[in-house]
Amino acid sequence: MEIDPFIFRLSIFILSIFVGYYVVWSVTPSLHTPLMSVTNAISSVIIVGAIIAALSGSDGVVFSSSSIYGFLAIILAAVNIFGGFLVTQRMLAMYKKKKKDK
Amino acid sequence: MSANLSAILYLVSGVLFILALRGLSSPETSRQGNLFGIIGMVIAVTVTFLSVGNFSSGFIYVLIFLAIGGSLGAFIAYRIPMTAMPELVAGFHSLVGLAAVFVAISAFINPSAFNLGAPGNIKLASLIEMAIGAAVGAITFSGSVIAFLKLQGIMSGAPITFKGQHLLNALLLILIVILTIYLCSTQSSNLFWILIAISFLIGFLIIIPIGGADMPVVISMLNSYSGWAAAGIGFTLENTALIITGALVGSSGAILSYIMCKGMNRSFFNVILGGFGATDQTASNQNKEQRPVKSGNADDAAFLMKNASSVIIVPGYGMAVAQAQHALREMVDTLKKNDIKVSYAIHPVAGRMPGHMNVLLAEANVPYDEVFELEEINNDFANADVAFVIGANDVTNPVAKTDPQSPIYGMPVLDVEKCKSVLFVKRSLSPGYAGIDNDLFYKENTLMLFADAKKMTEDITKNL
Repeated sequence: MEIDPFIFRLSIFILSIFVGYYVVWSVTPSLHTPLMSVTNAISSVIIVGAIIAALSGSDGVVFSSSSIYGFLAIILAAVNIFGGFLVTQRMLAMYKKKKKDK
Repeated sequence: MSANLSAILYLVSGVLFILALRGLSSPETSRQGNLFGIIGMVIAVTVTFLSVGNFSSGFIYVLIFLAIGGSLGAFIAYRIPMTAMPELVAGFHSLVGLAAVFVAISAFINPSAFNLGAPGNIKLASLIEMAIGAAVGAITFSGSVIAFLKLQGIMSGAPITFKGQHLLNALLLILIVILTIYLCSTQSSNLFWILIAISFLIGFLIIIPIGGADMPVVISMLNSYSGWAAAGIGFTLENTALIITGALVGSSGAILSYIMCKGMNRSFFNVILGGFGATDQTASNQNKEQRPVKSGNADDAAFLMKNASSVIIVPGYGMAVAQAQHALREMVDTLKKNDIKVSYAIHPVAGRMPGHMNVLLAEANVPYDEVFELEEINNDFANADVAFVIGANDVTNPVAKTDPQSPIYGMPVLDVEKCKSVLFVKRSLSPGYAGIDNDLFYKENTLMLFADAKKMTEDITKNL
């Protein structure tokens, strides 16, 4: 009997939850705010779905009822991707160690 | 591009996202981690373009919309003040939620573009995944909007409760399950729209009863939801990168919620059900009788600190409100010039989101190795000369250790009262968020400094 591909995706999902669990526990508490902003940025990989949706229009028709939702989702996800990564970078650049020469 | 190759590349970007989170285990590796995240995103987007393979006029529009959203995001990221981080994160969560809803709608209207069957005849598993993704996304969206409004102060931070609230939420959740089942058997688009509308309503209803100081839990929880929504869509699109990322973000938000709840010694359900109103009213009324407090001015505070050999600073949300972090750092610099040892003690739930205080101190150029978590520093209070409490209240209340009747009993607190003297910067004697009096105000060795946190800190620096 063949295994449904869904089962493979489910396996990836469950194992990723465990990976996430262990990785996030190792995040230092002082970086919890950057953790939230970066998880925000990476969850916007949902833009993948938005791009497929936006390009789903048939030939010559760019804006169909389904592709419009794709375009809207692209804007939202793009705000998040650029905003999320850049604000994380801005925050992380501020974390400095004590200067040795003091 | 072949389906296998793109699947492998999506996996690569998923792994890069894991490395991005892994980098956050220390500030040194964190910047590299962020870079991994960016590379992962670039790979995922590029692979999607190549595998769709449609470079017609639609492609140009995609790039234009990408540029519009991207420049808007970049603009916000550079302009936002660090004190507004909680609002920003809440706002960003709402966008992820709404994007998930839009993608699900698009897949429902035009399933053939996603290889999910024809309209009105969508594969059963895909339909369930779509419904879950859309529902969780909608809850994330409206919940985050409410959280944003509360944090921004546009909406009152006070919990809004009414009779039968929990019953209503429970009924709506059951209704969503029933609608999903009917949706699967009828494939009716009307049911799909109703499902989304009810999910928006639930998100709204579950966040309005939650008060301002519980925001760290709410933001973490919405963070988690945005992850589960992404994972739901990932299953619909059969996309590994989305599934991995959704699972990562979902568990990350769940862990943060757990840490925040533990910091308040409350169960997750207690926070979500908005339980902090009923019990404390009696507690705050009992303690209404006036007790003597010692209050001082900047001069007294400067005198105490000048004669100390070690000072511990306890910042809280009040510091963020007063934007006092830079003034505080200047005060500490002056103290250090006088050879006084200074460290910072941060309670897990200080501020309005996890790690809020750490970011503000980092912004004010405080080296992160002078900043300590509750467990690391709590024993040091007994050996310190001065504790400088700025904008924190409930997290220092010794009642949490002594009075089993108190609503915050059992909550881990900073042992500030063990210091030789305590300086407490506060605008008035009013109780903190939990509505309970802080015993620390009336202690023999406490000096209250009634003023705006920023102004008081600046005045102390002048007097040092």
